[in-house]
Amino acid sequence: MAKIIVITSGKGGVGKTTSTAALGAGLAMRGKKTVVIDFDVGLRNLDMIMGCERRVVFDFINVIQGDAKLNQALIKDRRLPDLSILPTSQTRDKDALTRGGVEKVLEELRNDFDYIICDSPAGIERGAHLAMYFADEAVVVTNPEVSSVRDSDRVLGLLSSKTRRAEKGEDPVKPHLLLTRYDAARVAKGEMMKVEDVLEILSIPLLGIIPESPTVLRASNVGTPVVLDESSNAGTAYADAVSRLMGEQIEMRVLGRERRGLLQRLLWRTT
Amino acid sequence: MTLFGFFRRAQAPSSAQTAKERLQILLAHERQDRSGPDYLPMLQKEILEVIKKYVQVTSEKVAVKLERGADMSTLEIDIELPGPQTASAKPAAAASAPAFAR
Repeated sequence: MAKIIVITSGKGGVGKTTSTAALGAGLAMRGKKTVVIDFDVGLRNLDMIMGCERRVVFDFINVIQGDAKLNQALIKDRRLPDLSILPTSQTRDKDALTRGGVEKVLEELRNDFDYIICDSPAGIERGAHLAMYFADEAVVVTNPEVSSVRDSDRVLGLLSSKTRRAEKGEDPVKPHLLLTRYDAARVAKGEMMKVEDVLEILSIPLLGIIPESPTVLRASNVGTPVVLDESSNAGTAYADAVSRLMGEQIEMRVLGRERRGLLQRLLWRTT
Repeated sequence: MTLFGFFRRAQAPSSAQTAKERLQILLAHERQDRSGPDYLPMLQKEILEVIKKYVQVTSEKVAVKLERGADMSTLEIDIELPGPQTASAKPAAAASAPAFAR
């Protein structure tokens, strides 16, 4: 029986899709059967970040509307045998997502996977609501920046009221804070809020601190989840977050920007 | 760093170059697709109808694979056909044919 985890934030551009790809790939690297689902109907992007954009045939909406079977729409990752991607439609609008349709697909996936990772769109409308509705746990992606923290707080309110677990009076959706684009140097100079500051405001358990890193853009350029770059700080931070998501106790470390030695810089490949 | 640019040129393209190429290929396809209907579900349905005239297959036994390229795309349709003894559980034959390119 799979665990359903929503990656959400309210605010756009904070790293939801990057984090979905990284956490999904990280779980698959640890041998967990994982599927990542794009809920951003009309603005499909998880396929690009995962590097499978040229192989999309059918999508989530085709499955909901009965035009394709689920196993025809699932794309198997070519690097990790335990990872699958369910892309969304690029042409339909968000009304094509129905609660019943989403529920049916998730129930079918639950039997075959250990983890179902739902990549929420920005905002708090239909797509975002349905991405979180069936979740067991939530990863709230937040930048140490005022509007992002405010939106995360709003999303935490929705998680505790507008989800199936809330409506049925079951155990609440378990929230995790994933702090992204964290710049330890700017924090030291007092230009950016500290981890402790954000934690004090949102008061939910910390899943990880992802440092601001050039590796993230490089990974998205080539369509490789950043966690596959195990030499990078961002990749290491995501790998730690994956361990915590699996329930392991790992010491929290604040990784800085990557500093490469002279030799490394000279040999630094452009990809 | 320009001194090392000479050595770099021989290596794989930069990630920025890869990003640009991926976008160019994808967007060329998406702009083209935007004008027409989503034909793949219909195509699959019709192919299945034709096959069903001759062999007993269900839609689960049809796998449609697509690989979009810059100059050419390939659409591969795998249809798992039932074995000689239709009653037996395990189908033995699988027909595979690259259907068309555009």
